[in-house]
Amino acid sequence: MNARRILVTGLSTYWGGRVAQTLESEPDVEAIVGVDAHDPTVELDRTEYVRVGHQHALLRRIVQAAEIDTVVDTRLVVDSTTTAPRLAHENNVIGTMNILAACSGPESPVRKVVFKSSAHWYGCEQDDPAYFTENMDRPHPPRAPIEKDIVEAERAVHAYAQTTPRATVTVLRFANGVGPTLRTGHTRLFSLPAIPCIFGFDPRYQFVHEDDIVGCLEFVARNDVPGVYNCAGDGVLVLSEVADLLGKPLAPVLPPWGTGVAAGMARRVGIRIPPEMVQQLKFGRGLDNRRLKAAGYAYRYTTREAIQAHAEAMRLRPLLRGGEEPYRYEREVEEFLRRSPTVRNRPEPRWRRPKADLDSYEGLDARELIDLLPSLPRPDLEKLGRHESANARRPDVLAAIGRNLARTRPVTGRE
Amino acid sequence: MATEPTSRLPARASQARSSTDHRADRADDDLRDFLPGVESDRQVTDWGRSERIEGALDATLSEFLYRYWFRVEVEGIDNVPADGGALLVSNHAGALPPDAPMIAKAIKEEHARPRPVHLTMEHFFKGYPLFSMLLPKVGGVPAHPANVHRLLFDEEQLVLVFPEGRKGSEKLYKDRYRLRRFGRGGFVAAAMRARRPIVPIVVVGAEEAAPIFAHLTVLQRLTGFLYFPLTPTFPHGGLLGMFGYLPAKFRIRFLEPIPTTQWGEQPWRDTALVQTVAEEIRSLIQDQLYAMLAKRRSIWFG
Repeated sequence: MNARRILVTGLSTYWGGRVAQTLESEPDVEAIVGVDAHDPTVELDRTEYVRVGHQHALLRRIVQAAEIDTVVDTRLVVDSTTTAPRLAHENNVIGTMNILAACSGPESPVRKVVFKSSAHWYGCEQDDPAYFTENMDRPHPPRAPIEKDIVEAERAVHAYAQTTPRATVTVLRFANGVGPTLRTGHTRLFSLPAIPCIFGFDPRYQFVHEDDIVGCLEFVARNDVPGVYNCAGDGVLVLSEVADLLGKPLAPVLPPWGTGVAAGMARRVGIRIPPEMVQQLKFGRGLDNRRLKAAGYAYRYTTREAIQAHAEAMRLRPLLRGGEEPYRYEREVEEFLRRSPTVRNRPEPRWRRPKADLDSYEGLDARELIDLLPSLPRPDLEKLGRHESANARRPDVLAAIGRNLARTRPVTGRE
Repeated sequence: MATEPTSRLPARASQARSSTDHRADRADDDLRDFLPGVESDRQVTDWGRSERIEGALDATLSEFLYRYWFRVEVEGIDNVPADGGALLVSNHAGALPPDAPMIAKAIKEEHARPRPVHLTMEHFFKGYPLFSMLLPKVGGVPAHPANVHRLLFDEEQLVLVFPEGRKGSEKLYKDRYRLRRFGRGGFVAAAMRARRPIVPIVVVGAEEAAPIFAHLTVLQRLTGFLYFPLTPTFPHGGLLGMFGYLPAKFRIRFLEPIPTTQWGEQPWRDTALVQTVAEEIRSLIQDQLYAMLAKRRSIWFG
């Protein structure tokens, strides 16, 4: 069943806004309702915004009234540097409870719940496996408050999935996100002149590009893929590699013992390293992202490419500063544009996903085509490769297709 | 230094699944087609192994120890499969055990198709500064069953385990060449799950290269090490004294691979079978050790 009437929670978060934007351009999505305690931060064409409290207490009435069939819950706070602990707890635990309550009940119209979680669910410990798979349990009880919240929220989601068999429940556990517009505790660390790390440790890190975060959420909203999925770019880097790609030195200023105390002192000089980040800077974490790939999602960026894209954006940032006004939501203007009979030219959807048949590629030039390749699934890539080698035979396009095919190929062949 | 995987197998999050969830049950299915591709610009693998650092060490220290110091002699190198995953199982000895790098070097030097060897190491090293940074760079992988399974089954690599673990490397000189307990047989279960062969390895010489005369418990508590040995050069030789190997003659014998597919479906669930196989491999290595020692005329010249 495809999502037609969608509720997006956390519309003001980066992910919520981008997901709503993406869904807007899908013609078979009838209605998109976005709820949040804060105004949206991205420009939206047809998403209806409703302001609700942090606890999402009145959501049930919205769900019933709008006959929502799909709830995309992007509201979970997974970065303790952005929100006060108490507010995060309110949002993560009480908010999740209320949202799930709004989706349950025998007459509820909801048939699908997509829950954005975080790889912090796994934590980072000394005896972790190098790659967490979705069916592994957390080896130790959570330490940091934010981890406790995430574990508790996910437990509620799993309980909902068990008691509500009619609903397809998908949980996505995202690795640390990076990208040109994303601001997290880690990207703030990366924007320092030197990247602080713990002396004597070089942890393994995996990232997911912001476009892939949105891509994963949209993919599971549009397809039926129940269960838990890890979302992370291919490849695991060590921190020294990340620093190298960002063009910054590593500063091993945190001591290996008493790191928490030192992190507390770092906070006084404006560097926030919360407990879950200390653990990650020490032990690192890798995720097995193959289950979502097997379900059909093709990542556009590997971890390395995500970091490279982030580095490029960071180099441009000082040049672009103050150039563009950030978007500000003005309720009256939005209302006028959408509802007033005076408005004759309603805003058009900004972009449409190109259809995956060969004719639609004819119009593209080489550059545009190469940019498009990472988003294509393997069969389409192969088809396009055959088409290209039979007709235009542009060497740069063929090489790019080869590169993208190699990315989906396993390291070693089967026996 | 190295150990067999002893921590518990990944348990299923039973509360995580709804009854309509079929896909979740495919977790053990074959996802090898979806392994990440190789990014050729990188010098570090996804496991944190650095070609550059490993290469530098291989060309200097390992080369010197292998050729001139231990004068390693290798038998039965063809028993290491040329392709596909295989679990290498060896006896273990020495304060800072030199057997692991020598086995890896032997495969690199003598084998018709040299391949990198992944060495399982105690979780302790992941949590100790500098070790945590350096050991993965030269091929160390934490001894977690899931890691061994991914390397053997999915990535078709060679994995070296020391089932004795620290019990082997911390034993005193007077107990030399008497194998300790082979853990709880976790290495056999891992090979069975991955359906990959086990290659037993017998190493003679490591015991005399870095003998331990006593353990200094006070210093062990102070430093937080796994154990704090008294060797001919350590601790009075300083930190470098850890590498104060005596020039014992090394002999490494690779035994015939033991297939792990002949016991039917899911043999790793049969604890008794796993224990029996582990014990058989242990006594096989022990017998071969005695046979090799009986023929050895001199510790230093072989």
